[in-house]
Amino acid sequence: MKQWLERHAQTMVGSLGRLWQQPFATLLTVLVIGIALALPACLHVLVQNVREASGGWSNALDVSVYMKQSASLGDAKSAAERVRKRRDVAEVTLVPADDALAEFRRNSGFGEALDALKDNPLPHALIVRPAEAFRDPGHVATLTAELKLLPGVDIVQLDTEWVSRFNAILDVVRRVVFLAAGLFALGILVIVGNTIRLDIENRRGEIEVTKLVGGSDAFVRRPFLYNGVWYGLGGGAIAWLTVALVVLVLGDPVRRIAGLYGSGFVLHGLDAVASLVLVGGGALLGWLGSFIVATRELRGIEPK
Amino acid sequence: MIRFENVWKRYPNGREAISNLSLAVERGEMVFLTGHSGAGKSTLLKLIAVIERPTRGTLMVNGQNTATMPRSKIPPFRRDIGIVFQDHKLLMDRPVYDNVGLPLVIAGVQEKEIDKRVRAALDQVGLLGRERIRPIELSTGEQQRVGIARAIVGKPSLLIADEPTGNLDPDLAVEIMNIFKRFNEVGVTVLVATHDVHLIGHYGVRRVVIEDGRVAGGEDAPPPLPSIVAVRGEAS
Repeated sequence: MKQWLERHAQTMVGSLGRLWQQPFATLLTVLVIGIALALPACLHVLVQNVREASGGWSNALDVSVYMKQSASLGDAKSAAERVRKRRDVAEVTLVPADDALAEFRRNSGFGEALDALKDNPLPHALIVRPAEAFRDPGHVATLTAELKLLPGVDIVQLDTEWVSRFNAILDVVRRVVFLAAGLFALGILVIVGNTIRLDIENRRGEIEVTKLVGGSDAFVRRPFLYNGVWYGLGGGAIAWLTVALVVLVLGDPVRRIAGLYGSGFVLHGLDAVASLVLVGGGALLGWLGSFIVATRELRGIEPK
Repeated sequence: MIRFENVWKRYPNGREAISNLSLAVERGEMVFLTGHSGAGKSTLLKLIAVIERPTRGTLMVNGQNTATMPRSKIPPFRRDIGIVFQDHKLLMDRPVYDNVGLPLVIAGVQEKEIDKRVRAALDQVGLLGRERIRPIELSTGEQQRVGIARAIVGKPSLLIADEPTGNLDPDLAVEIMNIFKRFNEVGVTVLVATHDVHLIGHYGVRRVVIEDGRVAGGEDAPPPLPSIVAVRGEAS
């Protein structure tokens, strides 16, 4: 066992030494792998941050209840009273049509145009906030359905619908990240494989001699597998640094934007697990690319 | 040790290198293979090392049938054979030490033991102290001896050599042949292909003449000439 470890350690260091002897070629390969890994990693960081930033919105589960145009303010008030008595409701705010129009006039900039209207086109509305214990989608759905049955109610709109739509979009983006990661992983296999193929071609004589004196396929393959692992590890490290740099550069502007919106949101980089996946995944891909190519190529090289 | 039974070898290009050859070499024997270049000597040695496989016939080496040997059995099989090539087949960019130690590294021998045995092998070919030099800086004769050191470092039971004295001046050639003879004296089966008839005449060793891919003649160990005994005494 000790011998086996010793031999592997020797091969590992030897392989690193060889790569070190051709710093430019090695750097190019490592950079290409690094960039290919950095792109999906950056996308991942983006999605993680957006999810985190939007996390607070999910709590805003207000339900807007719009009365029919024909309903009077009194109707709206009595509806509000009935809703207020429900045990799954924490708070009900009545927004009379006139108040709504005034607010709209103030905020929309359509003041003049609104003057042209004879009647107020806006209905009375109730803003219903569900009680703490009833904020799960099931209870909110029940509440929405029952509010709709109240007399004089026209439309019941869940304000969080756009949040779920947003989350759905985010899910699509996450899948895109996965697909991109898969494609880039395939690209890395090809890059490593081709580099290893050239390495093997350059050392053909050495491989033949080694096989002549009794080296097995596994023995001659070993240094190339370590080459692949080093390429992958190097690429993973470059990718990690790239992501760290991106987060560092964007951190300040993002904090300023968040500040303008009154949020304390801070851009986060890769956590420990994600970092490990990135660098370890790089090494694994390097190994795999090298394994596939070396196994195939080395079988074909026989002494003559 | 080695038994050719009606062996044929035809290359993919149609050239027939070995035609219905039968030959037996006993364990501990030393044999010179002679014949013109192109007679089939090299092919015969390649068949023994399973670098080539027979087209027809049976070739048993060290108790194993080379025609049916699975691919995975070839590396361990070769580790028990020392092979010396005419063109040395050394790693020119690696030190002598790495070249000679390669078979031991492959066999998984421990670093300390490798060190000891590489030195012992280099001592036997008269190159002790040249471990750090790269073969490219050595003369042809010295390179050949590095090749021999590599062939013997694993203590093989069979040593085969293809024209090991091909490019050497006569003094060096004698020296190299003496090295092989010494190995044979400690029990290693030795098979040397050479066209240097003059040189081998001095050794009391069995000769097999190969012609057109078959055994054309030979003789069993003639008594050595007195002159060569003196040379051997000097060298050893």
